[in-house]
Amino acid sequence: MFYREAGQFKATYEEDSQIFPIRQDRIVFAFIMACAFLGVPLLASIGLISNYTFTAILTPFLIFSLAALGLNILTGYAGQLSLGTAAFMAVGAFASYNFMLRIDGMPILVAFILGGLCAAAVGIVFGLPSLRIRGFYLAAATLATQFFIVWCLTKVGWFTNYSSSGVISAQKIVILGYPFQSSMSKYLFVLAVVSVMALLAKNMVRSNIGRSWMAIRDMDMAAEVIGFRPVRTKLMAFAVSSFYCGIAGALFAYAYLGTVEPEGFNLDLSFRILFMVIIGGAGSILGSFLGAAFIVLLPIYLNVFLKFTEAATGIDLPSGLSSSVELMVFGSLIIFFLIVEPHGLARLWQIGKEKLRLWPFPH
Amino acid sequence: MKFIKLLLAATAIAAAACSAYAQEQFIPAIDYRVGPYAAGGSGFFGGAIDYMTLVNVNGGINGVKLIWEECETEYNATRGVECYERLKKAHGGMSLVEPLSTGIAYGLLDRVGQDKIPMTTLGYGRSDAADGRVFPYVFPLITSYWSQAAAMVKYLGEKAGGLDKLKGKKIVHLYHDSAFGKEPIPVFEAFAKQLGFELIKIPVAHPGLEQQAQWLQIRQANPDYVILWGWGVMNATALKSAQRNGFPREKILGVWWAGSEEDVIPAGAAAKGYTTMTFNTPGNYPLLDELKKKVYAAGKGNLEDKARIGTTYHMRGITAAILWTEAIRKAQEKYGKGKVMTSEQVRWGFENLNVDEARLKALGAVGMMPTVKTSCLDHEGSGATKVQQWDGAKWKAITPNWLTGDKAMIRKMVEESAAKYAAEKKIVPRDCAKEG
Repeated sequence: MFYREAGQFKATYEEDSQIFPIRQDRIVFAFIMACAFLGVPLLASIGLISNYTFTAILTPFLIFSLAALGLNILTGYAGQLSLGTAAFMAVGAFASYNFMLRIDGMPILVAFILGGLCAAAVGIVFGLPSLRIRGFYLAAATLATQFFIVWCLTKVGWFTNYSSSGVISAQKIVILGYPFQSSMSKYLFVLAVVSVMALLAKNMVRSNIGRSWMAIRDMDMAAEVIGFRPVRTKLMAFAVSSFYCGIAGALFAYAYLGTVEPEGFNLDLSFRILFMVIIGGAGSILGSFLGAAFIVLLPIYLNVFLKFTEAATGIDLPSGLSSSVELMVFGSLIIFFLIVEPHGLARLWQIGKEKLRLWPFPH
Repeated sequence: MKFIKLLLAATAIAAAACSAYAQEQFIPAIDYRVGPYAAGGSGFFGGAIDYMTLVNVNGGINGVKLIWEECETEYNATRGVECYERLKKAHGGMSLVEPLSTGIAYGLLDRVGQDKIPMTTLGYGRSDAADGRVFPYVFPLITSYWSQAAAMVKYLGEKAGGLDKLKGKKIVHLYHDSAFGKEPIPVFEAFAKQLGFELIKIPVAHPGLEQQAQWLQIRQANPDYVILWGWGVMNATALKSAQRNGFPREKILGVWWAGSEEDVIPAGAAAKGYTTMTFNTPGNYPLLDELKKKVYAAGKGNLEDKARIGTTYHMRGITAAILWTEAIRKAQEKYGKGKVMTSEQVRWGFENLNVDEARLKALGAVGMMPTVKTSCLDHEGSGATKVQQWDGAKWKAITPNWLTGDKAMIRKMVEESAAKYAAEKKIVPRDCAKEG
């Protein structure tokens, strides 16, 4: 009834090739963006949203979304399974740190881009095996990235500026003399970066390059026959994906944690980002955001909810039990979602939209 | 009518809650009870909560009750930061924070400075945070990794019959290949140069389930001692491999992370005779008896398995909670007895801690932990450790006195490293002469 595109005609090519062809989608999207950029700061200024929401929920959610987006480009669009996401994030973070440290007057955004490019270069090198092997074997090969990078960052003191504890302390974010220090400004900074990069990714996957990735994913032999060069396409996917992960890693260090150790970018983090892609929906930009929300936010809400129930009902569960219950509920929800919809939350959303078109009069 | 009654009752409860609220000091328990490190987290935070329960049973700190709230981190830095941010303002604001996790502690390092909340890192974290001029809000109380490394060298020297006897000896540093394992290397290298022993560094990749190659190397080198700077499953594996290679466990000296029941029991008989550093003397104390009587007998104990009372991690948690409450007590002496302290005031308490023998005696914990006296310059406050040995069933202290390594040398390194950090972060160190 409300979600119906009847009467919306596309008269030009521009209209036909826009990201959201349906007007309702555009309205919802504009509304979400307005909420994120204007609504949240406004609500915060009158005290309806606390500091906690930005620093502990929204900022990490956006950063992990970006990392999931990076992996989604590689795994979801180009079909190359990777377990080295956290390593690419580490390269981005440590490279940006070193550019900031060693070059005087380096603008932070340039350092981030250079950090991302370093990650892209590492991605290309470790993407080389993808030319010969695929599937699980490739996953095992990318595992090498994970261990090698973390080992290398611990081993070579230069990367951490010979810090005795092997950690880096991210410099302050200052752009054009404005210091991004409050949690609000950091949130807006991350939001701006993530929005721009998500827009770029969306356009990339809709264009020639994204189609070549999907062709390679669906059948690389056929893709080669119709004229896509597998070497270039696959390495391009590795480079772009690593670039996104590198930027996410730099944001993780600069706008979120502040001080990071190489061990923070371990295999565990790689797996978490892979789960975001699987649960959110492989091969979907929206899926990256939904997956990140599921993996980052759900455990927190379960934790808060259990605490609240304990307080409200007056039942004092033995300590530790609520932690275990949280883990069990989270685990079963993952299994439930994968059984109900193996293509992820993004696919559920799509089905929902189709149902909504017919609602309330299905055929 | 019923509704009005209910409303009245609710208001009464709310009012009572509010009035109680004014006399409560909030301490968060950012802990981990699930995941691979659950044994350490549940023991440590179980001990801390047990001690805080005991303080409350005994009437609180000059009448101020302690309250706490747990938040599960799974030893994950992101979740730890989320917990910190969530609990920061809860119950009138947190007075201090202790994450017992290197990753989380690093994530909080900048935040605690901004929020003016003191953070304790008992026996881990940045060693250079002992310099209170550069790190006003961080307290690596009792022992940092560097102090511990210095104490290890001292102990090995004493064992050899004097520090000068270490000349020409071979010492293997078998370490977890991470920032944690690499942290003491500058200290060991400095001592090797000064005392003339040979230092052989052998890394073990995480998680350390396979150590054949490393122990083969050790067998070839035939060292006099092996320092085991291990973590988690690596410790038990090292002990088993040592047994297989015929290396006497008496000659292995572990870091305190490698010195809990959870580290040696999986190794079984292979662990017998193994020695580690600790900042608690194993044994029974009047404080533990009081805990059993007043807390566990009343069913308020936090540990599910009562056999874990007095185990290494449990005792470490109690030690941490003693230092927290003593800091709050100290702050009350300055800012008003029986009042709830702000985090800033608690920070002052941490900086002016003086837990001496007399105070420990009053607590019933003489000998359980070293005395701690902090200052603006020295946020560590002790640096003393003991060496304990596993006899196959329990830990036993084998050094009668507290060991302290070469303090002057460690202090010099701490100041150098802190100055470097300050320069990198553009921090102007405080002038301690101006601190009250």
